[in-house]
Amino acid sequence: MAVVFERPHALTDKVFSYCPGCPHGIVHRLVAETIDELGIEDRTIGISPVGCSVTAYDFFACDMVEAAHGRAPAVATGIKRARPDNIVFTYQGDGDLAAIGMAETVHAATRGENITVIFINNAIYGMTGGQMAPTTLPGQITQTTPYGRDVKAAGYPIRVCELLSTLDGVALAQRVTVDSVKHVREAKKAIKRAFENQVNGRGYSIIEVVSACPTNWGLTPSEALCWLRDNMLPYYPLGVYKDAYPEEGGAKK
Amino acid sequence: MAEKVLMKGNEALAEAAICAGCHHFFGYPITPQTELAAYMAKKMPKIGGTYLQAESELASINMVLGAAAAGVRAMTSTSSPGLSLMTEGISYMAGCDLPALIVNVQRGGPGLGGIQPSQADYYQATKATGHGDFQLIVLAPSTVQEMVDMVFLAFELGEKYRMPAMLFSDGLLGQMMEPVVLPEPGDIKTVEKPWAVTGHGGKRKHNIVNSLYLEPNLLEDTVRARYERYAEAQRTEQRCEEFMVDDAEIVLVAYGASSRICRSAVTTARQQGIKAGLIRPITVWPFPNDAIQKAASHAKAFLSVEMSMGQMVDDVRLALNGARPTYFYGRTGGMIPSPAEVLEEIKKIQEGK
Amino acid sequence: MREDLNLVLAGFGGQGLLFAGKVTAYAGLMEGREISWLPSYGPEMRGGTANCSVCVSDEPIGSPLVLEPNALIAMNLPSYDKFIDTVKPGGVALVDSTMVEKKSERTDIKAFYVPATRLADEAGLKGLANIILLGKLWKEMGFCSPEALQKGLEKCIPASKAAMLELNRKALQIGMDQ
Repeated sequence: MAVVFERPHALTDKVFSYCPGCPHGIVHRLVAETIDELGIEDRTIGISPVGCSVTAYDFFACDMVEAAHGRAPAVATGIKRARPDNIVFTYQGDGDLAAIGMAETVHAATRGENITVIFINNAIYGMTGGQMAPTTLPGQITQTTPYGRDVKAAGYPIRVCELLSTLDGVALAQRVTVDSVKHVREAKKAIKRAFENQVNGRGYSIIEVVSACPTNWGLTPSEALCWLRDNMLPYYPLGVYKDAYPEEGGAKK
Repeated sequence: MAEKVLMKGNEALAEAAICAGCHHFFGYPITPQTELAAYMAKKMPKIGGTYLQAESELASINMVLGAAAAGVRAMTSTSSPGLSLMTEGISYMAGCDLPALIVNVQRGGPGLGGIQPSQADYYQATKATGHGDFQLIVLAPSTVQEMVDMVFLAFELGEKYRMPAMLFSDGLLGQMMEPVVLPEPGDIKTVEKPWAVTGHGGKRKHNIVNSLYLEPNLLEDTVRARYERYAEAQRTEQRCEEFMVDDAEIVLVAYGASSRICRSAVTTARQQGIKAGLIRPITVWPFPNDAIQKAASHAKAFLSVEMSMGQMVDDVRLALNGARPTYFYGRTGGMIPSPAEVLEEIKKIQEGK
Repeated sequence: MREDLNLVLAGFGGQGLLFAGKVTAYAGLMEGREISWLPSYGPEMRGGTANCSVCVSDEPIGSPLVLEPNALIAMNLPSYDKFIDTVKPGGVALVDSTMVEKKSERTDIKAFYVPATRLADEAGLKGLANIILLGKLWKEMGFCSPEALQKGLEKCIPASKAAMLELNRKALQIGMDQ
């Protein structure tokens, strides 16, 4: 009997701990498929963040390090400088990457650290129970913006890809989502390019995945995807924001 | 024997670290450790090593964590305010059982404090270098030569016990020049690091470097196992230098820069017929309790001398457990006690004032 | 046992006081003595006051910070004002009289007023007033053998700057002749 679908080798057999409808599982799978396809699991080192994906070290079959909140790019830098022949990726949420870890993010990017960053933007802090994130939309209700995010008091959301795209050290900054089969395929391509860039020594690549958090958004999984399309994507348009090596890849605007 | 050269403490330490096989340095500028980083910036590119000026001390220590997790000898250096920022990463390294070298060239505090020499970070180094139950190996050099020798010891002990190790210096030792013999390259004791993340190479299960244990019983077990290593270090790694302690009635306890001043004061006291002695902790963690307790058999009183408002004196008192009166003399804020001031304190104790 | 040298060198940043201190320290090292050199440090790196403490002794050195020098080299007025009263009775004070017009009223120290900056300029040795004063200090205190002093100088000037070595030797001699 022919096997037509199986768990990627780069994922362990540990059952995901994520909520129903959470896109973490999809993105984990895309990263693992990429690692399999490039044949790099034996030399890949991943860094898990603080947030819902904190235990990603149990799910990826490559060597893993768990970093302090926001410090994944610094930890990745230390590893990559010590072992430049290894493939190093971080997997971070919006609070981790764009709030507490913004300095580490910007400086790893501007140094052109030859690492791959997978950034999950779901506009909320999941693990701590639904507080405002740096990417929470204006007017969005969270536990700590109970009357909706008031931009006069809490400021505006940060568009990470746009911000990082101004930096010379960035090889690739692309925003994708995983709300449909078509978009999942595009996301896979983008993630693969971000890893290929590293294999080819191109420098810092970030793939922002506009994501959903049904649990903390207070919606069903399918409602959450609708909310994502109606509210997140207009504020966070999909596309390639920086591509320093367009001739090599399949990334299109 | 190699030739003696004149070097600043900070520069000698940097050269020694390179000799000890540390080819990865991450740091952020701060006075008075600047020469150390500058030396690394000059040397590392020539030997294919890493000198990286990070965006903050938070980033530097986490870069050290990453490099240490990858199994190489890595270090950072900073001064007091910077060390405060690093405490997060140091706690994580302790929780991940990662060895690395952290240099604190102490200056006056709290806050921005000052830039002159100080020993006011003793509590921070030995009691609470971050959140949670953990300890560091803390070595306190008192000469430029010790700045060199202790770099090797710090890496060796750190790797043996899988603990971060701190070289606990200060602005005086960092800035001063003394004759020093640099080590010959090639004499490095290293250990296997099967726990390091190097890529599993298809040959083993994946390694995970992690400090998170969501099950409290697992966290307790992990911490207890770590504390057994700490206990072993306390049994076997206490180090101190004794100067005229054998028949001393008044025993001074001082480390680092202040121990140099105490040595002069003890010498003068002896010339004046006062039986004074000095115990100089070389490891401030593990603290040399045994030497203090032994000295209590003949000493009438102890005097802790520090460039602080009195921090190590607590450990002297704990070691003595009330067996002998313990006094304190200190200057702080960057002021350095003079031998005459210390002698005055010795005389006060002698006269029972 | 030889007398200890506890020297303070003070002046403006750029006058070469830290360098002169290093030469003194190396000279002591050449004779196998215990030595230490400690600079002032901080935000006054350029143009502000710079000073350093040098100890040369047969015994291990306790505090490298010299509070009561038995030798002082002062090359500007603020330094003179700050340190002249700290000199131990019986000690030597060398003052660059091109830079400092004051004279000390202390009778318990040996004070010498050498127009070192002018002498250096006249001899075409601009910037070597520090070494002229060091030569004078050596003449008055003889803190090491003449060979050790020469070797100390050699240690502090890289071989690639051999011309500088000659100029420094000249300056040292001018100081010794004062």
